[in-house]
Amino acid sequence: MSNVQEDPANNIKKKRAVVAMSGGVDSSVAAALMVEQGYDVIGLMMRLWSEDGKEMLNRCCTPEQMDDARHIAGSLGIPFYVVDVKDYFRDTIVDFYLDQHRLGRTPNPCIECNREIRFNWLYERAMALNADYLVTGHYAQVKQSADGVYELHTGVDNNKDQSYVLHMLDQEHLAHVKFPVGGISKPEVRELAKKFDLPVASKSDSMDLCFLSGEDYRDFLTRHVPEINQPGPILNTAGETLGQHTGLPNYTIGQRKGLGITSPDPLFVLRKSASDNALILGSRSDVVTHDLTVRNVSWVAGHPPSHDEPFPAEVKIRYKARPVSAQVIPGPNKTATIQFEDPVFGATPGQGAVFYNGTNCLGGGIISDF
Amino acid sequence: MPVNELIYMDYSATTPTDERVIEAMLPYWREGWGNPSSSHQFGQNAKMGLETARRTLANLLGASPAEIVFTGSGSEADNLALRGVMLKARESGRGNHLIISPIEHEAINHTAHQLADKMGFELTVLPVDQYGMVRPADLKSAIRPETVLVSIMAANNEIGTQQPITELGQICHDNQVLFHTDAVQAAQYVDWNLAESPIDLLSLAPHKFYGPKGVGILYIRNGTPIISTMTGGGQENGQRAGTVNVPFAVGAAKAFELVSEDREASNKKLQELRDYLIERVLGLFPADQVQLTGHPTQRMPHHASFAIKNIPGGDLVMHLDLLGIAASSGSACSSGNPIPSPVLQAIGLDDQWNAGGLRISLGKHSSISDIDRLIEQLPNALESLKQFSSVLYG
Repeated sequence: MSNVQEDPANNIKKKRAVVAMSGGVDSSVAAALMVEQGYDVIGLMMRLWSEDGKEMLNRCCTPEQMDDARHIAGSLGIPFYVVDVKDYFRDTIVDFYLDQHRLGRTPNPCIECNREIRFNWLYERAMALNADYLVTGHYAQVKQSADGVYELHTGVDNNKDQSYVLHMLDQEHLAHVKFPVGGISKPEVRELAKKFDLPVASKSDSMDLCFLSGEDYRDFLTRHVPEINQPGPILNTAGETLGQHTGLPNYTIGQRKGLGITSPDPLFVLRKSASDNALILGSRSDVVTHDLTVRNVSWVAGHPPSHDEPFPAEVKIRYKARPVSAQVIPGPNKTATIQFEDPVFGATPGQGAVFYNGTNCLGGGIISDF
Repeated sequence: MPVNELIYMDYSATTPTDERVIEAMLPYWREGWGNPSSSHQFGQNAKMGLETARRTLANLLGASPAEIVFTGSGSEADNLALRGVMLKARESGRGNHLIISPIEHEAINHTAHQLADKMGFELTVLPVDQYGMVRPADLKSAIRPETVLVSIMAANNEIGTQQPITELGQICHDNQVLFHTDAVQAAQYVDWNLAESPIDLLSLAPHKFYGPKGVGILYIRNGTPIISTMTGGGQENGQRAGTVNVPFAVGAAKAFELVSEDREASNKKLQELRDYLIERVLGLFPADQVQLTGHPTQRMPHHASFAIKNIPGGDLVMHLDLLGIAASSGSACSSGNPIPSPVLQAIGLDDQWNAGGLRISLGKHSSISDIDRLIEQLPNALESLKQFSSVLYG
């Protein structure tokens, strides 16, 4: 096992690396590291989203961030371009996000954005520019096994690991992708930003979805799809009405507090039934999950570790969840079944379930409706 | 690729400053740095440089020195012309109507729309034909008794078309209407004789003709009713307040002198290069995949512009840049923002064609071999763009 290492400076023709720059500290340091390692580096910034009058509030692609990214590219002496992907982003990510909420799911748009935008649209864009590598500021590591198979590993900084939202990467991608900050910690990244004299060293980390314009996701949903945030019945598993909810997006699976229901036994949000706009509650034993099915499954190696046989893995059922032990049973049509060793609480349709063997991310899928 | 290995084919955006212009400016930072409004000898030295520059420009334009006003940019000259004339007309009750074309630079377009939308003036935007040419008959019928000013650019930055400004200006004069032309693009290609022309106001930007950025010039015919829109110390005959940047004014005059001396030979050389360029680019494509935008002959001698079917201009410019060729999709101001080009829409191009064109603008350092390099690389750029779109959009 070795980190993929090359010395492009020794090649007669430098290898070309396209860096996805956001103006933030991680992608800026990633670009600086690629320059330091001798690549022919090009900075691209994607203009993903803007709503009239809210350009300054967006988390991504504000005029200020574009200026920051342009300035960093200039100080690194690399060419920099803004590429427009607004239409494609709206069609594949924002509309997807709204549609999933219409279906009562809780989507993870960052997973789909990596699948459709970064490692499809931008990846193809980079390849069309004759790039050898697409480089991003993600905290994850690409390694290669002794027999030449590419592996995706968690970032060295456990707090920042982003392999969960990169689980859809496959062998073709990993041969042409680099994550220069995946092998170092966030504090070290900030130190490097200072060392490289990048004017981003003290920027705070971004957290919210990039298209929310600084507002709560529920306000965004209400503004774009008013009909999905309507009051409706709260039911128990027997179908009896217990009360009224204020709109399905306002609740999370496993939620107990703030339901406005009095009951002798504690009740939890079990699922959201979009077809009749009902919020279904159940007891603690209803809301824990012994097994799950996942769809849209992809495998980093191109196939499950033991091909079609069940295999043991640690599974993360949301971005910040602790991995838990399970058996994963590969199924047909990009599905898989996960049998947890101990039942898990709060598994949510629409979120990713990602399989690990230690630091090695094997693949993952999207949790199906129950 | 190091910048010195790149081929510059974007002279309509800006031009490299001529060494002789730099030399002419240097003494006005080192010695002639006085305030030209000061009465002492430091001021007198600076004043001498400023007024010599004004006289040079006046002579070359066929104007008198008092008709030359230095501003901070070509855009500022346009702003002063429109706002200054319209506000003066309101003050004296002479009318409230302004006419422009739909393919004006933003400096005219946005100023005119601000006057209409925020200040209560009336605005007419004339149509243009398929080449971006204003038809004199359309201007005639748009003029009303309350029309104060018509502003039509001398040549368009994006598609290169030169307007029949003498004819348009004459129509204005016959109707007692003032005529302004934004000559920022066209300045160095035309032998101006403003005293004998029907042009009342004309904007110039020296950085388009190998002069410095940060300075513009507005010609204002003597007696033209106008008020200052930059108020203050009464510089520039009360028409533009602010201490004049003397080195830039000196550089502007030197630059215009140099391009004027060389005009005929330079126009001829550029036109030959341009015609070769147009022929070679059109020859790369089937006829239904590319078109020359703007007028085939009534266009600036250095300017070639194309629309390529279903090719976003901004993406093409990025690919060309990485292949070592600096071109433009239209105007430098709108790069990176792929809204359909208003100019290409105004000349009737639909969505398949108006995603931003390809503008190649030549200058005094351009050569046949530059064009051959472009012709060699353009198919590579297009091929990778098409590969990209077919993977993504099928």
